Amino acid sequence: MSLRILVGCKRVIDYAVKIRVKPDKSGVITEGVKHSMNPFDEIAIEEAVRMKEKKIAKEIVAFSCGPTQCQETLRTALAMGADRGIHVEVSGPEYETLQPLHISKMLAKLAKDEQIDLIIVGKQAIDDDCNQTAQMTAALLDWPQATSASKIEAKDGSLQVVREIDGGLETIKVKLPSVVSADLRLNEPRYATLPNIMKAKKKPIKKLAPKDLGVDVSPRIQVVTVEEPPVRQAGAKVENVDAVVEKLKALGHA
Amino acid sequence: MLRSGRNLQVLSKNVVRENLRLLSSTPQPSPKDGTKKVATGRTLDKKPVKSSSFVMNLFIGSSNTAQVFPFPDGLNTEQKETLGVLVDPVQKFFEEVNDAAINDSQSAVPEATIQGLRELGAFGLQAPVEYNGVGLNNTQYARLVETVGGFDLGVGIFLGAHQSIGFKGITLFGTEEQKKKYLPKVATGEQFAAFCLTEPSSGSDANSIRTRAVLSPDGKHFILNGSKIWISNGGFAEVMTVFAQTPITDPSTGETKDKVTAFIVERKFGGVTSGPPEKKMGIKCSNTAEVYYDNVPVPIENVLGGVGQGFKVAMNILNNGRFGMAAALSGTMKASTKAAIQHATARVQFGRRIDSYGAIQEKLARMAMLHYVTESMAYMISSNMDKGSTDFQLEAAISKVFASEAAWNVTDEAIQILGGNGFMSANGLEKVLRDLRIFRIFEGTNDILRLFVALTGLQFAGGHLKQLQKAVKSGNVGVILGEAAKRAKRTVGLRQSNSLSEVHPKLALQAQLTSKAVEGFGITVESLLIKHGKNILDEQFLLNRVAAAAIDIYANVVVLSRATRALNMNISSANHEEMLARVWCNEALDRIQLNLTAVKSQSQLSNFSTMSQIAKEMCEHGGLIQQNPLGI
Repeated sequence: MSLRILVGCKRVIDYAVKIRVKPDKSGVITEGVKHSMNPFDEIAIEEAVRMKEKKIAKEIVAFSCGPTQCQETLRTALAMGADRGIHVEVSGPEYETLQPLHISKMLAKLAKDEQIDLIIVGKQAIDDDCNQTAQMTAALLDWPQATSASKIEAKDGSLQVVREIDGGLETIKVKLPSVVSADLRLNEPRYATLPNIMKAKKKPIKKLAPKDLGVDVSPRIQVVTVEEPPVRQAGAKVENVDAVVEKLKALGHA
Repeated sequence: MLRSGRNLQVLSKNVVRENLRLLSSTPQPSPKDGTKKVATGRTLDKKPVKSSSFVMNLFIGSSNTAQVFPFPDGLNTEQKETLGVLVDPVQKFFEEVNDAAINDSQSAVPEATIQGLRELGAFGLQAPVEYNGVGLNNTQYARLVETVGGFDLGVGIFLGAHQSIGFKGITLFGTEEQKKKYLPKVATGEQFAAFCLTEPSSGSDANSIRTRAVLSPDGKHFILNGSKIWISNGGFAEVMTVFAQTPITDPSTGETKDKVTAFIVERKFGGVTSGPPEKKMGIKCSNTAEVYYDNVPVPIENVLGGVGQGFKVAMNILNNGRFGMAAALSGTMKASTKAAIQHATARVQFGRRIDSYGAIQEKLARMAMLHYVTESMAYMISSNMDKGSTDFQLEAAISKVFASEAAWNVTDEAIQILGGNGFMSANGLEKVLRDLRIFRIFEGTNDILRLFVALTGLQFAGGHLKQLQKAVKSGNVGVILGEAAKRAKRTVGLRQSNSLSEVHPKLALQAQLTSKAVEGFGITVESLLIKHGKNILDEQFLLNRVAAAAIDIYANVVVLSRATRALNMNISSANHEEMLARVWCNEALDRIQLNLTAVKSQSQLSNFSTMSQIAKEMCEHGGLIQQNPLGI
């Protein structure tokens, strides 16, 4: 097999950063805040690179949609082993209201234009937790999907994927081309080494606008307000089950 | 300005004559305590050269701000972007893979970690890309080293001894053949390198080393004999930069003298052995060992930088890597300060959070200022080096002295803020303090570097003074009138116009006062030279005060430049930086005043000579002289 794999890499606020809401409640503070690649997307890139090392894949294309700084995210993907990058530039208010549907449309168009055999994305982004892009992209392309993958094996023209589901683990077989979304235990991503980062500077990144892919990114939603979750109230201790029921009744929950 | 100058010349001819008299070329009377004339190789007769170094020009009372204002930017957009991507993997490695506590308790870096460092590319950060290096410039290297310094100084020295001094000589002075032969394997960490200079009887006095290299009868090898001590990576380095005395015959006089030569020596040449790892106070995971050379045959192709040029090679290597220390230590200070703040904002005593107490606030503020100065020096110097400056040896020396003492003080105070907890190993700060102690000692002891700054500056000033004396003797009117006007203005109390005019208006007062301090410094230096002449070389009590004032003035200028940049760019930390710069400068100006008056104050000078006497008696006695007041 020699697959061409498209991997989606989203630039998100780093997981270790303490998120703060803007004083005008219009959104979250992103200016001057550390960003990095969505951890699930790192796992996706790692899986693609491992498939290339096993000679199952022949080329890995990394994709990112967002402001200019997404180039840094793509450079990390290239340093991990992707061959080339595609950056669809969207910034400002349009970026604030960008939705998984927009991204899915872009991925679908690119899959056709670049003759992609397999799309791997992270199962969800740690900023919006949508868990929609993989599913929508598969639907748009009418391709089979294998989401929340914790193990992928390639076998003559199809993939055997172990999925993490509520009930446990489900193993399915999907024909290629298909869309897979990576879950936490799929693999442990490698560190980008400094020499690879320097070599990655020579790998090409193609810049596109949404309209080049026929996607309209004008907003369909309007953010009304963004607020921090309410401060946790102190709890109360009770002696026995009857007291619990009393308390619940008093609070109007029973 | 010119008009007033001319008026002064007309009105105060007497003043002018008085000042010129002080520059008479007749020899000054010898110092009153009858000390011997200094017989070192140093003279104060150096022909005056032009210098773009701020600190050098400080010694002639002049503010040359070419390398200070504006705060230099050592990176172009592309280099900055690259650096942004490089920092994360290094940070992750030290957070998740390297374990500083284990490295310390085992006094070794585990092989798995070493392999991880190899894969990361950490062993050849500045080596050229064509030789397997990452090809970083000084500023990029400084930023990465800052990250390492915040996590594990022991590993920092392992890496630094290898690339910052171990094979740096090959990068700086190597021939194409030498580079091609050695750089590829050391840059990847396949082989390790070491810098071998120190010997049992030669530490600060590098020129007095006894290891010798003599040409073999067939002229194809140098035969190397001697022993080195305290060599970092000495226990396993394959490629060593070794310094040895070589007999050099002067072709014109036929006289043979010993001069130091640098060699690239491979362990596999045979005759190279090393001792067991030294047990140390800190940086325990960094290997420190003795290395012995027993009739080691070193091919003549392995001479580095030319026969007899070893001292210059050594000094250049050390000078070239010094900025790295300031960068690493600012990373260390950042981590120590963070630990202190985390504790101070959580700990409650006497019903209040301890960060609400003035005593703690002062400690935290001083920690922040010391970090600010160090960080600013590190990046100013690295950026100047990247812009092609070759005149930074004094600034680099100052940054090493300042950084090592600041880091010690900051971490010590952080432990104090943490109280008993700070003393406990589990906390980690005590290890950092132990690691930090060596930084005031190696790579040029702070004591030597202070004297180096003072003496090099005095040499520069002396050269200018000599030129002036010549002008007076020869009746060079232009020069005489120029200098006379300058001095007349001083005597009448008129300051030269503010030479630090690029500073942001919010810090104008500090800039003006620092500008005045620069002049005062120049005057003090000149009066010292006139009073002591060549004997100033031996007046270390005075030299130390001169050095302290020079360091403070440079620190002021550095933070004024950095804060100005922050204010002009209106970055979010600008107001905070302005506060740091303001308080630092205010306090430094007091210290500068103290130090400059001390060298002329009768009571202070008397204290100095008394202290010399005290030390003399103690040494004759072999211990403290005062006995227990009980007499028992």
